[in-house]
Amino acid sequence: MNRIVYADNAATTAVSTQVLEAMLPYYKEVYGNPSSLYAAGQKAKAALDQARADAAACLGADPDEIYFTSCGTESDNWAIKGAAHAMKKKGKTHIVTSAFEHHAVLHTCQALEKEGFTVTYLPVHENGIVRVEELEAALTEDTGLVTIMYANNEIGTLQPIPQIGKLCREKGIWFHTDAVQAVGQVPIDVREQNIDMLSLSGHKLHAPKGVGALYIRRGVRIPNLLDGGAQERGKRGGTENVAQIVGLAAAMKAACATIQERREKLAAMQDKLIDAILQIDRCRLNGDRKERLPGNASFCFQGVEGESLLLMLDLKGISASSGSACTSGSLDPSHVLLSIGLPHEVAHGSLRLSFGDYNTMEDIDYIIETLPPIIERLRAMSPLWDAIQQGKVNYDAYM
Amino acid sequence: MAYSAKVMDHFANPRNVGEMKDYSGMGEVGNPKCGDIMRMYIKVEGNVITDVSFMTFGCGAAIATSSMATEMIKGKSIDDALKLTNKAVMEALDGLPPVKIHCSVLAEQAIKAAVADYYRRQGIDPTPIVGEIAECEECACEV
Repeated sequence: MNRIVYADNAATTAVSTQVLEAMLPYYKEVYGNPSSLYAAGQKAKAALDQARADAAACLGADPDEIYFTSCGTESDNWAIKGAAHAMKKKGKTHIVTSAFEHHAVLHTCQALEKEGFTVTYLPVHENGIVRVEELEAALTEDTGLVTIMYANNEIGTLQPIPQIGKLCREKGIWFHTDAVQAVGQVPIDVREQNIDMLSLSGHKLHAPKGVGALYIRRGVRIPNLLDGGAQERGKRGGTENVAQIVGLAAAMKAACATIQERREKLAAMQDKLIDAILQIDRCRLNGDRKERLPGNASFCFQGVEGESLLLMLDLKGISASSGSACTSGSLDPSHVLLSIGLPHEVAHGSLRLSFGDYNTMEDIDYIIETLPPIIERLRAMSPLWDAIQQGKVNYDAYM
Repeated sequence: MAYSAKVMDHFANPRNVGEMKDYSGMGEVGNPKCGDIMRMYIKVEGNVITDVSFMTFGCGAAIATSSMATEMIKGKSIDDALKLTNKAVMEALDGLPPVKIHCSVLAEQAIKAAVADYYRRQGIDPTPIVGEIAECEECACEV
């Protein structure tokens, strides 16, 4: 019997018992509409207010700066399109982002380009980190928004958010960050870090799928996302998803209260894993070794294709993911891996292992024991590995 | 995207996998940039493919189609092997997801490339028999 190891927490996480229990009363008992005046409605309203306060406290924000949404993608779309349309009224039409943002940001920026906005996609270099001096050089008098992710979803690299925030604040440019991977993993303080807008998602931190939030600093005025009732201070109408919002806030509160101990635990697991996997011939860690999320390890293995690697791991009970093209149904490799300068031939052989609260050191040991023979087996049948061994092709410069 | 049980079986337990030393013909198709390379070895005795093996760099479907294709031509005449279509390989695997159809095309082409190599080694121009082995039209990858 194989061990089951869920190592894809960057994709999604299990809802924790604590979160589920916090949510359950709001389905069958306290089901009132928070806008209703009677007791059942007001109980729901009180829960909503408490959730907003808890979520805000986790980010160093005020409760009235938190807007609940349905997901990280919605928050990104609202923040970026909203900011773009607001700044256009002031004659600003330039946006700065990075080349390896999540598609929720990249495709939103591309949609805005079609509307006539100009977008600069900053390079992220071999270490997967935006350079603040390059960002500064990209700013023009037309720049109204900078949007840079807090941590990359594939390779886990942390971006210099406080420095970017400081620069943008000095220049009077709005700064949005997609912090979907970072909230609950690294300490975030929107005041200290000069963040104007921040997107987050529940299901990355043991809350359910279908709930997220956008922090909008007081004073940053962007158009309403959904016109309708007075929910979310009239900016996003629609009856609130009370149970899931309660769940999100419970998850954020739990994560933020234990951030240091969880970081230490994950970092020890990450270190052991990276050290062991890098012993494999011709493989690389993607992204900076130090400036990364504690639960993320992304590798490329020469001569191996990512999807077959994932399927082999799955047969051994390990759930992981890959930036590999095949998994996403497209034939091109991940834009993230290409953005850090990897050729397609190397990017095809990628593996992302991401860990969360339910993983243990035994999981790491099992991966360390299971992965190398799988790589060996796939390489033994790989004509590309054969060509590499014979020196016909060489990708060692990228290792 | 989900693979059939047959695809998973051929992926997890590939048939006729590995290098062949005393082959009569060897063909390789695909490229590393697109993420799949198939190499097919055949041993031919009296116009019959008596042994076949493959090596594949690629996704689950690429490995499974290679494996299935080798099973379908082993012991067959060269003429029969050349008649093997990607569609037949796909059907034998109980289908492939649309995005993976190109893998079955590669398997068909790898067999043709191996047969072409066999003829070339016999001093016979393979083109009139095997035809041109075109770039896979299903491969949307930009090289």
